[in-house]
Amino acid sequence: MKKKGWKDLPIGAIIEKGGTATEFKTGDWRTDRPIWYEDKCTSCLLCFIYCPDSSIIIEDSKMVDIDLDFCKGCGICKEVCPKDAIEMRREADFR
Amino acid sequence: MPILALTGNEAMAEAMRQINPDVVAAYPITPATEIVQIFASFVADGRVDTEFVTAESEHSALSACIGAAAAGGRVMTSTASQGLALMHEILYIAAGLRLPIVICEVNRSLSSPINIHCDHSDTMGSREAGWIQIFSEDSQEAYDSVIQAIRIAEEAFLPVIVSTDGFIISHCMQRIQALEDEEVQKYIGEHRTPYSLLFNKMPFTVGPLDLQDYYFEHKRQEIEAMVDSKPIIMKMGEEFGKKFGRSYGFFEEYRLRDADTAIVALGSTAGTARSAVDELRNKGIKAGLLKLRVIRPFPYKEIAAILSKLKVISVMDRSDSMSTMGGPVFIEIKSALYDEVTHPLMVDYIYGLGGRDISVEEIVEVGEKGNKIKQEDKVDKLIDYVGLRE
Repeated sequence: MKKKGWKDLPIGAIIEKGGTATEFKTGDWRTDRPIWYEDKCTSCLLCFIYCPDSSIIIEDSKMVDIDLDFCKGCGICKEVCPKDAIEMRREADFR
Repeated sequence: MPILALTGNEAMAEAMRQINPDVVAAYPITPATEIVQIFASFVADGRVDTEFVTAESEHSALSACIGAAAAGGRVMTSTASQGLALMHEILYIAAGLRLPIVICEVNRSLSSPINIHCDHSDTMGSREAGWIQIFSEDSQEAYDSVIQAIRIAEEAFLPVIVSTDGFIISHCMQRIQALEDEEVQKYIGEHRTPYSLLFNKMPFTVGPLDLQDYYFEHKRQEIEAMVDSKPIIMKMGEEFGKKFGRSYGFFEEYRLRDADTAIVALGSTAGTARSAVDELRNKGIKAGLLKLRVIRPFPYKEIAAILSKLKVISVMDRSDSMSTMGGPVFIEIKSALYDEVTHPLMVDYIYGLGGRDISVEEIVEVGEKGNKIKQEDKVDKLIDYVGLRE
């Protein structure tokens, strides 16, 4: 995305519309990556409740994925999972 | 036009009543207390439609003003000295958000030592905050400038500080030519706001985090807004003159045209200096006065065009910069003259700190020293002090 110059930006540093946080990907801070094992998961959704960055993706009341564009790798989901369906691995292993 | 006898504080409060702002959030402080106090009585008596917020500090007062202005309201407040210092952090936020807030300020020294009387340390300390700053020689100018400030702020989308000198103007009664309420309303017109949280169809965000990738661009916009405010300030001053008979600009020249030495002063001292110039002229010294009114934006080109032709400039500074290079007005005027082909000799006179009185005789002496510097073509003392015990 080409960033606007100072003459073209709205004044006062306002953001002119809502919901723009989805456009600002913040997942690249992560040092640990959560790996989700679908076969172990019972979709109890404890991880969804505890995730501080809304990175557990739900469809039809079932967990379907982890949103790595926003996950910071804090590992809370792994801690609260009663079925060991989430494992934390070093992010470096995937790069 | 009604003729009123008003102190500087009463004049500013009267201007605020006629402006009838949507919101005033304030915390009273000497010597500006009366502005808020009188305005509060206007609110209590139903003479204005203003939502009046009594804050627990100046920091909170200006913060509330920012919220109200971002919501889309016409917003004013008043403060002085320590109050302005406590607002310091919030001054930058109001300017960065480009909110057209107007502060009626009364110049007072800063602690320590604690002192409630006039000098310019408080407002001079706000020069880099991004506010347009207008000084007043007397109550009439304060009244006129507060009314103009509303339009300047709402056209430049920058906040404005209009100041008077503590006690000397704020508590001194003067004959004022006021305007009719309808005239003020017609002059200021409909409120203009850069954006409005209350009256916007789409949701938007004010004050988000702005890091390495955009902060610079937004600050550049703010700098440009200051540049753009110059013709706006001039236009408003001229238009005010056409409508009401009193014109205003960045500064006022007094007997400067054929002068070879100039005194530069601002605020109430300009009146004293005018009398001193007359006395100097009677003594055969070709002195003149440049009364500075607008210090932000600093009218450097306009000042340089006039002062560069002179032989000696004596700057009267009612605060010090603590840089050991003299007071802020001295430093800025000197800097403004750097790009000119000819440079006058310059001396800074620090005076009146903590409300120390300044007399016509003392300024006459400044003028005589200027004349001597002209004759000898050299400056012995770059920074001098007036009215100080050695």
